[in-house]
Amino acid sequence: MATEVAHSERQRVLHKPRFFERKSVRDAISALLVYGFLVTFGILVMMPMSWMISAALKAPGQPVFTVPPSWLPTSFHVENFWTVLTNPSYPLWRPAWNTIRLVVVNIIGVIFSNTLVGYAFARLRFPGKEAIFKLVVLTMLLPGVVLLIPSFLLYNALGWYGTYLPLWVTSFFGAPFYIFITRQYMRSFPRDLDDAARIDGCSYLGTYWRIILPLSKPVITVMAIFTFQGVWNDFSGPLIYLNDSAKFTLAIALNYFRQSRFSSSGVNTTNMVMAAALLSTIPMLILYFSSQKLLIGGIASVGLKG
Amino acid sequence: MATTGLATRRRRLSKIERKEALAAYLCLSPWAIGFIVFLVVPIGMAAYAAFTHWTIINPPPRWIGIQNFVEMFTKDRYFLWSLGITLKYMAMTLIPGLVISLILALFLNAKLKGMNFFRTVFYVPAVVSGVAVTILWISLLDPQAGAVNTMLRQLGVQNPPNWVGSSKWALPSVAIMSLWGVGGGAIIYLSGLQNIPPHLYEAAWIDGASRWQQFWRITLPLLSPTIFFNLITGLIGAFQVFTPAYIMGGASRWGTSRYLRFYLLHVYLKAFQEGRLGYAAALAWVLTILSALVVLIVYRSTEQLVYYEETGERGG
Repeated sequence: MATEVAHSERQRVLHKPRFFERKSVRDAISALLVYGFLVTFGILVMMPMSWMISAALKAPGQPVFTVPPSWLPTSFHVENFWTVLTNPSYPLWRPAWNTIRLVVVNIIGVIFSNTLVGYAFARLRFPGKEAIFKLVVLTMLLPGVVLLIPSFLLYNALGWYGTYLPLWVTSFFGAPFYIFITRQYMRSFPRDLDDAARIDGCSYLGTYWRIILPLSKPVITVMAIFTFQGVWNDFSGPLIYLNDSAKFTLAIALNYFRQSRFSSSGVNTTNMVMAAALLSTIPMLILYFSSQKLLIGGIASVGLKG
Repeated sequence: MATTGLATRRRRLSKIERKEALAAYLCLSPWAIGFIVFLVVPIGMAAYAAFTHWTIINPPPRWIGIQNFVEMFTKDRYFLWSLGITLKYMAMTLIPGLVISLILALFLNAKLKGMNFFRTVFYVPAVVSGVAVTILWISLLDPQAGAVNTMLRQLGVQNPPNWVGSSKWALPSVAIMSLWGVGGGAIIYLSGLQNIPPHLYEAAWIDGASRWQQFWRITLPLLSPTIFFNLITGLIGAFQVFTPAYIMGGASRWGTSRYLRFYLLHVYLKAFQEGRLGYAAALAWVLTILSALVVLIVYRSTEQLVYYEETGERGG
């Protein structure tokens, strides 16, 4: 085997390769192809986003739809964002604030409930553990559609319709997927940690609070980001449960804002709608860019390996 | 002496065990309460509601047997229609999405400078999903002045499609928007690709395998669990398209476009526009059972094709 390789290597040296057969040249060509593909495709993917940005930054009177379409911003009317947030007819700061509050409460609920449940499954021994965990995994497979109507019936019966309660209470009761990933993550710590804590007189909840929780920061961050994304983008929940436009979240307020534009005086306000849409994506983008490595690594290591 | 010592030890041990179990059940209690209140009870209610005439305006539900299910096939002209829309959408997005994101991932996996930058670029659409993106695409696809049609006209297309407002192009509009987000799938493929041990490629290279052979014999088999994962999540997602259907459908000229009446939108409209909760619950059950069946069939038929590496650990 080794001699064969050496032989072929010698052959390669003896037979002087032509230009296109040289390894360096072939590498350069394939690199060029890869970059060519990625740049072309990347421009295609970025075009809608850049159009949104350039439309959002145009002056209110300036036409948004131009020939050719302007993919790069030509003017910088940053005050559009301020107008969108504070305009007297439908200020978007209110739904933005509503959404932020909902996001915070949901994140607290998700972290509290899922780390506690995950801790029990990962670190404690108790009768029925395997069976209960199987039940958790089983409920993970249940599609949300089944619960759409009956949840409404339940919340309506509880008098929660028109309040925020249906949009955050459940986060305090654990979600199968989050329980699953926290348990997977917490299982990776050595057992000695718990034993040492026990010997030092730490209770089970103390071990959870002082040892396991601080070590679980990566999985907690992943859950917080997913929750942020989920609540921020949730459309059907607020659509079904909120009836007062003062309580709207950003997702439905955006749609409301877009529709109300058609009934207004006919002034071209597409750029205002785009400014609002862009504004609503900015927190997601910041979150993504600041936690990119963890997020992509987190999805890969926490989510897919079972 | 020795036996009593052992007995006390065992007794003390079981006391510790009991304390540990008690702590565990305490930790589990949020889930247990939520499981009963927000899952078992609603599912029970849904099972009952599906066989009743239950409306928002006229609350006391009335038992009507399987009439709701009969109505789907006899009176509801949008039941099969919306199912058809959903299946057409699946055909348009599922396989193309899988293939495009795989190709993209293969390119992004190249060991070259600047790949992190490109990964970021392609993942952005997946990050900003939701209402904002749908609104953006409605503007881009505006038949008169939208950027897409303006470009098509410049390229010499005489009558560019009406997109969201047309019967033929409404569904492709949603599909195009969804394909814009292929970067999300590509990132998952990428993590799968990076888990393939490089020594396999080295061995193949020494044996004289071409790039093409390496792809079919190493990359594809070892990536099959990831492909399967993307296929299943894509399937489940396609059954539950709602936000773009609601917003784009409402953006058309006739209120809610019937060409964008996805199944879940149909359920929503029956429940919250017509107020027929019982019937909507029955519709939701049909979707649940149908999607479970499809996933099961796909699972069974691809079982042979998916390769699971022996990891030494059970339940991988």
